[in-house]
Amino acid sequence: MTLALDLALCALILGVALAAVAGAGVFRAVIFFITYGLFVAIGWARLGAYDVALAEAAIGAGLTGVLLLAAHGRLRRMQADTTERRSPTLSAALAGGAIALALGWAWFALPAPQPPDVAQALPQTGVGNPVTAVLLNFRAWDTLLESIVLLAALLGVWMLARDADWNAPLGPRYHARPDGVLAYFGRFLPPIGLSFGVYLVWAGAESVGGAFQGGTVLAGVVLVAMMAQLLRPPRVSQAMLRAALVLGPGVFLLSGLAAVGLGREFLSLSPAIAKSAILIIEAALTISIAVTLALLVIGPAEDPEPGR
Amino acid sequence: MNLTVFALTGAALVGLGVYGLLALPHLLRRVIAFNLTGSGLFLFFGAAGARVGVLDAIPQALIITGIVVALSASALAVGLVVALARSSGKVVLPDEDPSP
Repeated sequence: MTLALDLALCALILGVALAAVAGAGVFRAVIFFITYGLFVAIGWARLGAYDVALAEAAIGAGLTGVLLLAAHGRLRRMQADTTERRSPTLSAALAGGAIALALGWAWFALPAPQPPDVAQALPQTGVGNPVTAVLLNFRAWDTLLESIVLLAALLGVWMLARDADWNAPLGPRYHARPDGVLAYFGRFLPPIGLSFGVYLVWAGAESVGGAFQGGTVLAGVVLVAMMAQLLRPPRVSQAMLRAALVLGPGVFLLSGLAAVGLGREFLSLSPAIAKSAILIIEAALTISIAVTLALLVIGPAEDPEPGR
Repeated sequence: MNLTVFALTGAALVGLGVYGLLALPHLLRRVIAFNLTGSGLFLFFGAAGARVGVLDAIPQALIITGIVVALSASALAVGLVVALARSSGKVVLPDEDPSP
Protein backbone atom coordinates (compact mmCIF):
# COMPACT_ATOMS: atom_id res chain seq x y z
CA MET A 1 0.00 0.00 0.00
CA THR A 2 2.72 2.48 0.97
CA LEU A 3 4.69 1.35 -2.06
CA ALA A 4 1.73 2.28 -4.29
CA LEU A 5 1.60 5.70 -2.61
CA ASP A 6 5.32 6.32 -3.13
CA LEU A 7 5.16 5.11 -6.73
CA ALA A 8 2.26 7.48 -7.44
CA LEU A 9 4.05 10.36 -5.71
CA CYS A 10 7.28 9.79 -7.65
CA ALA A 11 5.32 9.52 -10.90
CA LEU A 12 3.73 12.91 -10.10
CA ILE A 13 7.15 14.42 -9.24
CA LEU A 14 8.63 13.21 -12.54
CA GLY A 15 5.53 14.28 -14.47
CA VAL A 16 5.53 17.89 -13.26
CA ALA A 17 9.34 18.07 -13.63
CA LEU A 18 8.99 16.94 -17.24
CA ALA A 19 6.26 19.53 -17.79
CA ALA A 20 8.53 22.23 -16.31
CA VAL A 21 11.36 21.33 -18.69
CA ALA A 22 9.54 20.36 -21.87
CA GLY A 23 6.12 22.05 -21.60
CA ALA A 24 5.15 25.00 -23.79
CA GLY A 25 5.55 28.49 -22.36
CA VAL A 26 7.94 29.80 -19.72
CA PHE A 27 5.13 31.00 -17.45
CA ARG A 28 3.67 27.51 -17.37
CA ALA A 29 7.14 26.06 -16.70
CA VAL A 30 7.42 28.29 -13.62
CA ILE A 31 4.01 27.19 -12.33
CA PHE A 32 4.91 23.53 -12.86
CA PHE A 33 8.20 24.10 -11.03
CA ILE A 34 6.33 25.48 -7.99
CA THR A 35 4.00 22.44 -8.07
CA TYR A 36 7.08 20.26 -8.35
CA GLY A 37 8.54 21.80 -5.17
CA LEU A 38 5.36 21.03 -3.24
CA PHE A 39 5.31 17.39 -4.41
CA VAL A 40 8.99 16.99 -3.49
CA ALA A 41 8.19 18.41 -0.05
CA ILE A 42 5.60 15.62 0.36
CA GLY A 43 8.30 13.18 -0.76
CA TRP A 44 10.62 14.44 2.00
CA ALA A 45 7.83 13.98 4.54
CA ARG A 46 7.44 10.38 3.25
CA LEU A 47 11.18 9.87 3.89
CA GLY A 48 10.70 11.12 7.46
CA ALA A 49 12.76 14.28 6.86
CA TYR A 50 10.26 16.85 8.13
CA ASP A 51 12.87 19.62 8.51
CA VAL A 52 13.86 19.19 4.86
CA ALA A 53 10.19 19.04 3.83
CA LEU A 54 9.59 22.44 5.48
CA ALA A 55 12.73 23.93 3.88
CA GLU A 56 11.77 22.58 0.43
CA ALA A 57 8.19 23.87 0.65
CA ALA A 58 9.21 27.31 1.97
CA ILE A 59 12.42 27.90 -0.02
CA GLY A 60 12.36 25.51 -2.99
CA ALA A 61 8.72 26.01 -3.93
CA GLY A 62 7.83 29.29 -2.21
CA LEU A 63 10.70 31.77 -2.52
CA THR A 64 12.18 30.31 -5.74
CA GLY A 65 8.67 30.41 -7.21
CA VAL A 66 8.20 34.10 -6.31
CA LEU A 67 11.67 34.85 -7.70
CA LEU A 68 10.92 33.17 -11.05
CA LEU A 69 7.41 34.66 -11.34
CA ALA A 70 8.78 38.14 -10.62
CA ALA A 71 11.55 37.66 -13.20
CA HIS A 72 9.04 36.48 -15.79
CA GLY A 73 6.92 39.58 -15.13
CA ARG A 74 9.96 41.86 -15.45
CA LEU A 75 11.02 40.28 -18.74
CA ARG A 76 7.51 40.84 -20.08
CA ARG A 77 7.45 44.47 -18.97
CA MET A 78 10.81 45.03 -20.65
CA GLN A 79 9.25 43.54 -23.76
CA ALA A 80 12.25 41.27 -24.09
CA ASP A 81 12.15 38.86 -27.00
CA THR A 82 10.93 35.75 -25.20
CA THR A 83 9.90 33.70 -28.21
CA GLU A 84 11.32 30.24 -27.89
CA ARG A 85 12.91 28.45 -30.75
CA ARG A 86 13.11 24.91 -29.64
CA SER A 87 15.61 22.53 -31.05
CA PRO A 88 15.59 19.30 -29.06
CA THR A 89 19.12 18.03 -29.38
CA LEU A 90 20.09 14.40 -29.34
CA SER A 91 23.42 15.03 -27.62
CA ALA A 92 21.73 16.77 -24.66
CA ALA A 93 19.26 13.89 -24.32
CA LEU A 94 22.14 11.41 -24.43
CA ALA A 95 24.10 13.32 -21.77
CA GLY A 96 21.07 13.58 -19.47
CA GLY A 97 20.18 9.92 -19.98
CA ALA A 98 23.75 8.77 -19.35
CA ILE A 99 23.97 10.71 -16.07
CA ALA A 100 20.61 9.35 -14.90
CA LEU A 101 21.67 5.79 -15.75
CA ALA A 102 25.04 6.21 -14.02
CA LEU A 103 23.33 7.46 -10.86
CA GLY A 104 20.85 4.59 -11.02
CA TRP A 105 23.73 2.13 -11.29
CA ALA A 106 25.51 3.87 -8.39
CA TRP A 107 22.45 3.33 -6.18
CA PHE A 108 22.70 -0.44 -6.50
CA ALA A 109 26.52 -0.44 -6.24
CA LEU A 110 26.76 1.77 -3.12
CA PRO A 111 27.90 0.03 0.07
CA ALA A 112 25.56 0.31 3.09
CA PRO A 113 26.39 3.51 5.04
CA GLN A 114 27.67 3.57 8.61
CA PRO A 115 26.47 6.92 9.91
CA PRO A 116 27.96 8.54 13.00
CA ASP A 117 25.49 8.17 15.84
CA VAL A 118 24.17 11.67 16.45
CA ALA A 119 21.68 10.42 19.04
CA GLN A 120 24.47 9.40 21.40
CA ALA A 121 26.08 12.86 21.45
CA LEU A 122 22.74 14.71 21.42
CA PRO A 123 22.50 15.37 25.21
CA GLN A 124 25.70 17.46 25.08
CA THR A 125 24.46 19.72 22.29
CA GLY A 126 21.84 21.58 24.30
CA VAL A 127 19.00 20.89 21.82
CA GLY A 128 16.66 17.97 21.24
CA ASN A 129 16.30 18.21 17.45
CA PRO A 130 19.25 16.31 15.92
CA VAL A 131 19.08 18.39 12.72
CA THR A 132 19.43 21.64 14.70
CA ALA A 133 22.26 20.02 16.69
CA VAL A 134 24.12 19.25 13.44
CA LEU A 135 23.44 22.69 11.92
CA LEU A 136 24.34 24.84 14.94
CA ASN A 137 26.77 22.64 16.86
CA PHE A 138 28.48 19.70 15.12
CA ARG A 139 28.75 21.33 11.73
CA ALA A 140 28.58 24.98 12.74
CA TRP A 141 31.27 25.81 10.16
CA ASP A 142 28.89 24.86 7.32
CA THR A 143 26.13 27.04 8.69
CA LEU A 144 28.42 30.02 9.34
CA LEU A 145 29.78 29.87 5.78
CA GLU A 146 26.24 29.36 4.43
CA SER A 147 25.08 32.58 6.07
CA ILE A 148 28.05 34.33 4.44
CA VAL A 149 27.19 32.78 1.04
CA LEU A 150 23.73 34.36 1.37
CA LEU A 151 25.36 37.77 1.96
CA ALA A 152 27.73 37.29 -0.99
CA ALA A 153 24.81 36.41 -3.29
CA LEU A 154 22.94 39.52 -2.14
CA LEU A 155 25.99 41.71 -2.86
CA GLY A 156 26.16 40.13 -6.31
CA VAL A 157 22.48 40.89 -6.95
CA TRP A 158 22.88 44.49 -5.75
CA MET A 159 25.82 45.04 -8.10
CA LEU A 160 23.53 44.37 -11.06
CA ALA A 161 21.84 47.74 -10.51
CA ARG A 162 22.75 50.50 -12.96
CA ASP A 163 25.08 53.12 -11.51
CA ALA A 164 22.43 55.82 -11.67
CA ASP A 165 19.97 53.66 -9.72
CA TRP A 166 22.36 52.66 -6.92
CA ASN A 167 20.60 54.70 -4.27
CA ALA A 168 17.08 54.11 -5.59
CA PRO A 169 14.71 51.90 -3.54
CA LEU A 170 15.38 48.18 -3.99
CA GLY A 171 13.23 46.07 -6.27
CA PRO A 172 10.46 46.91 -8.72
CA ARG A 173 7.62 49.24 -7.77
CA TYR A 174 4.54 47.29 -6.75
CA HIS A 175 1.05 48.59 -7.26
CA ALA A 176 -1.71 47.25 -5.04
CA ARG A 177 -5.28 48.51 -5.35
CA PRO A 178 -6.35 49.72 -1.88
CA ASP A 179 -9.43 47.46 -1.90
CA GLY A 180 -7.83 44.62 -3.87
CA VAL A 181 -6.91 41.09 -2.88
CA LEU A 182 -3.21 41.90 -2.44
CA ALA A 183 -3.88 44.76 -0.03
CA TYR A 184 -6.19 42.47 1.93
CA PHE A 185 -3.57 39.71 2.12
CA GLY A 186 -0.97 42.31 3.08
CA ARG A 187 -2.98 43.08 6.21
CA PHE A 188 -4.27 39.56 6.89
CA LEU A 189 -1.21 37.32 6.38
CA PRO A 190 1.66 39.09 8.24
CA PRO A 191 0.34 38.48 11.80
CA ILE A 192 -0.15 34.76 11.04
CA GLY A 193 3.21 34.50 9.26
CA LEU A 194 5.02 36.33 12.06
CA SER A 195 3.65 33.99 14.74
CA PHE A 196 4.32 30.90 12.62
CA GLY A 197 7.85 31.99 11.69
CA VAL A 198 8.84 32.76 15.28
CA TYR A 199 7.24 29.50 16.40
CA LEU A 200 9.26 27.51 13.84
CA VAL A 201 12.53 29.02 15.13
CA TRP A 202 11.61 28.44 18.78
CA ALA A 203 10.30 24.90 18.22
CA GLY A 204 13.31 24.05 16.04
CA ALA A 205 15.47 23.47 19.12
CA GLU A 206 13.40 20.49 20.22
CA SER A 207 11.23 19.37 17.29
CA VAL A 208 10.62 20.20 13.62
CA GLY A 209 11.67 23.70 12.55
CA GLY A 210 14.74 25.90 12.70
CA ALA A 211 16.29 29.25 11.84
CA PHE A 212 16.22 28.71 8.07
CA GLN A 213 12.62 27.52 7.85
CA GLY A 214 11.40 30.21 10.28
CA GLY A 215 13.51 32.90 8.61
CA THR A 216 12.03 31.97 5.22
CA VAL A 217 8.47 32.33 6.53
CA LEU A 218 9.42 35.74 7.94
CA ALA A 219 10.96 36.67 4.57
CA GLY A 220 7.60 35.76 3.02
CA VAL A 221 5.88 38.14 5.46
CA VAL A 222 8.26 40.96 4.48
CA LEU A 223 7.63 40.25 0.77
CA VAL A 224 3.82 40.25 1.12
CA ALA A 225 3.95 43.51 3.10
CA MET A 226 6.21 45.10 0.43
CA MET A 227 4.04 43.91 -2.47
CA ALA A 228 0.95 45.28 -0.72
CA GLN A 229 2.83 48.60 -0.34
CA LEU A 230 2.49 48.51 3.43
CA LEU A 231 6.26 48.38 3.81
CA ARG A 232 8.37 50.79 1.79
CA PRO A 233 11.22 49.14 -0.14
CA PRO A 234 14.53 49.95 1.60
CA ARG A 235 17.62 51.55 0.07
CA VAL A 236 21.10 50.01 0.04
CA SER A 237 22.50 52.89 2.10
CA GLN A 238 20.25 52.41 5.16
CA ALA A 239 22.39 51.66 8.21
CA MET A 240 19.64 49.65 9.95
CA LEU A 241 19.28 47.43 6.91
CA ARG A 242 23.00 46.73 6.74
CA ALA A 243 23.08 45.99 10.48
CA ALA A 244 20.22 43.47 10.10
CA LEU A 245 22.09 41.76 7.26
CA VAL A 246 25.33 41.20 9.21
CA LEU A 247 23.74 40.58 12.64
CA GLY A 248 23.44 36.79 12.21
CA PRO A 249 26.87 36.01 10.74
CA GLY A 250 28.38 38.57 13.16
CA VAL A 251 26.90 37.01 16.30
CA PHE A 252 27.82 33.54 15.01
CA LEU A 253 31.41 34.58 14.33
CA LEU A 254 31.72 36.34 17.72
CA SER A 255 30.45 33.25 19.55
CA GLY A 256 33.07 31.20 17.72
CA LEU A 257 35.81 33.65 18.70
CA ALA A 258 34.53 33.74 22.30
CA ALA A 259 35.01 29.97 22.42
CA VAL A 260 38.64 30.46 21.34
CA GLY A 261 39.05 33.11 24.06
CA LEU A 262 37.81 30.60 26.65
CA GLY A 263 40.42 28.10 25.53
CA ARG A 264 38.10 25.90 23.48
CA GLU A 265 38.09 25.23 19.76
CA PHE A 266 36.68 27.78 17.30
CA LEU A 267 32.86 27.44 17.06
CA SER A 268 32.68 24.75 19.75
CA LEU A 269 30.01 25.14 22.42
CA SER A 270 30.47 24.04 26.02
CA PRO A 271 27.55 21.76 26.99
CA ALA A 272 26.70 23.97 29.98
CA ILE A 273 25.81 27.02 27.88
CA ALA A 274 25.06 25.30 24.56
CA LYS A 275 21.27 25.68 24.78
CA SER A 276 21.27 29.43 25.44
CA ALA A 277 24.12 30.06 22.98
CA ILE A 278 22.26 28.21 20.20
CA LEU A 279 19.06 30.15 20.92
CA ILE A 280 20.90 33.50 20.74
CA ILE A 281 22.73 32.53 17.53
CA GLU A 282 19.49 31.23 15.98
CA ALA A 283 17.57 34.40 16.88
CA ALA A 284 20.25 36.60 15.28
CA LEU A 285 20.55 34.29 12.25
CA THR A 286 16.78 34.30 11.75
CA ILE A 287 16.68 38.10 11.45
CA SER A 288 19.55 38.14 8.94
CA ILE A 289 18.13 35.20 6.95
CA ALA A 290 14.67 36.79 6.76
CA VAL A 291 16.02 40.15 5.53
CA THR A 292 18.61 38.63 3.17
CA LEU A 293 16.15 36.20 1.54
CA ALA A 294 13.48 38.88 1.08
CA LEU A 295 16.02 41.27 -0.52
CA LEU A 296 17.43 38.48 -2.73
CA VAL A 297 13.93 37.91 -4.09
CA ILE A 298 13.03 41.57 -4.76
CA GLY A 299 16.33 42.16 -6.58
CA PRO A 300 18.60 45.14 -7.26
CA ALA A 301 17.75 48.83 -7.01
CA GLU A 302 15.59 50.07 -9.87
CA ASP A 303 14.75 53.47 -11.30
CA PRO A 304 11.48 54.53 -9.64
CA GLU A 305 10.20 56.02 -12.91
CA PRO A 306 11.43 53.88 -15.78
CA GLY A 307 11.31 55.49 -19.20
CA ARG A 308 12.09 59.01 -17.99
CA MET B 1 12.12 -0.92 -1.96
CA ASN B 2 10.43 2.43 -1.30
CA LEU B 3 13.84 4.07 -0.93
CA THR B 4 14.87 2.70 -4.32
CA VAL B 5 11.82 4.40 -5.84
CA PHE B 6 12.90 7.77 -4.45
CA ALA B 7 16.56 7.26 -5.39
CA LEU B 8 15.73 6.36 -8.99
CA THR B 9 13.34 9.32 -9.17
CA GLY B 10 16.23 11.51 -7.99
CA ALA B 11 18.52 10.01 -10.64
CA ALA B 12 15.92 10.66 -13.36
CA LEU B 13 15.48 14.27 -12.14
CA VAL B 14 19.24 14.87 -12.37
CA GLY B 15 19.20 13.55 -15.94
CA LEU B 16 16.18 15.70 -16.82
CA GLY B 17 17.87 18.77 -15.33
CA VAL B 18 21.10 18.17 -17.25
CA TYR B 19 19.10 17.74 -20.46
CA GLY B 20 17.31 21.05 -19.75
CA LEU B 21 20.58 22.87 -18.99
CA LEU B 22 22.07 21.75 -22.30
CA ALA B 23 19.06 21.86 -24.61
CA LEU B 24 16.91 24.83 -23.53
CA PRO B 25 18.07 28.22 -24.82
CA HIS B 26 15.66 30.32 -22.70
CA LEU B 27 17.69 31.33 -19.64
CA LEU B 28 14.83 31.24 -17.10
CA ARG B 29 14.18 27.64 -18.15
CA ARG B 30 17.83 26.94 -17.55
CA VAL B 31 17.54 28.27 -14.00
CA ILE B 32 14.59 25.89 -13.50
CA ALA B 33 16.60 22.99 -14.97
CA PHE B 34 19.53 23.82 -12.68
CA ASN B 35 17.17 23.67 -9.69
CA LEU B 36 15.79 20.31 -10.86
CA THR B 37 19.32 18.89 -11.02
CA GLY B 38 20.08 20.05 -7.50
CA SER B 39 16.78 18.87 -6.11
CA GLY B 40 17.17 15.45 -7.77
CA LEU B 41 20.62 15.06 -6.23
CA PHE B 42 19.23 15.96 -2.79
CA LEU B 43 16.54 13.29 -3.21
CA PHE B 44 19.15 10.69 -4.21
CA PHE B 45 21.38 11.70 -1.30
CA GLY B 46 18.43 11.70 1.14
CA ALA B 47 17.33 8.22 0.06
CA ALA B 48 20.93 6.98 0.42
CA GLY B 49 21.11 8.46 3.94
CA ALA B 50 17.83 6.79 4.92
CA ARG B 51 19.09 3.26 4.22
CA VAL B 52 20.07 2.79 7.87
CA GLY B 53 16.42 2.96 8.96
CA VAL B 54 15.43 6.58 9.56
CA LEU B 55 16.97 9.47 7.64
CA ASP B 56 20.09 10.52 9.53
CA ALA B 57 20.38 14.09 10.80
CA ILE B 58 23.64 14.88 9.01
CA PRO B 59 22.35 14.38 5.44
CA GLN B 60 19.22 16.31 6.44
CA ALA B 61 21.29 19.26 7.68
CA LEU B 62 23.49 19.19 4.55
CA ILE B 63 20.41 19.11 2.30
CA ILE B 64 18.84 22.11 4.09
CA THR B 65 22.14 23.98 3.62
CA GLY B 66 22.06 22.96 -0.06
CA ILE B 67 18.49 24.18 -0.57
CA VAL B 68 19.38 27.61 0.86
CA VAL B 69 22.55 27.89 -1.24
CA ALA B 70 20.57 26.84 -4.36
CA LEU B 71 18.15 29.71 -3.72
CA SER B 72 21.01 32.24 -3.42
CA ALA B 73 22.56 30.94 -6.64
CA SER B 74 19.16 31.09 -8.39
CA ALA B 75 18.59 34.66 -7.21
CA LEU B 76 21.95 35.74 -8.61
CA ALA B 77 21.29 33.85 -11.86
CA VAL B 78 17.84 35.41 -12.27
CA GLY B 79 19.36 38.85 -11.59
CA LEU B 80 21.89 38.25 -14.37
CA VAL B 81 19.13 37.10 -16.76
CA VAL B 82 17.13 40.27 -16.10
CA ALA B 83 20.26 42.42 -16.53
CA LEU B 84 21.03 40.70 -19.84
CA ALA B 85 17.46 41.27 -21.05
CA ARG B 86 17.72 44.95 -20.01
CA SER B 87 20.89 45.52 -21.99
CA SER B 88 20.27 43.32 -25.05
CA GLY B 89 16.50 42.75 -25.14
CA LYS B 90 17.04 39.00 -25.37
CA VAL B 91 16.74 36.15 -22.89
CA VAL B 92 19.11 33.81 -24.71
CA LEU B 93 22.90 33.92 -24.75
CA PRO B 94 24.32 35.82 -27.77
CA ASP B 95 26.15 32.81 -29.24
CA GLU B 96 23.00 30.68 -29.04
CA ASP B 97 20.75 33.27 -30.65
CA PRO B 98 19.50 31.94 -33.99
CA SER B 99 18.32 35.40 -35.14
CA PRO B 100 21.20 37.81 -34.48
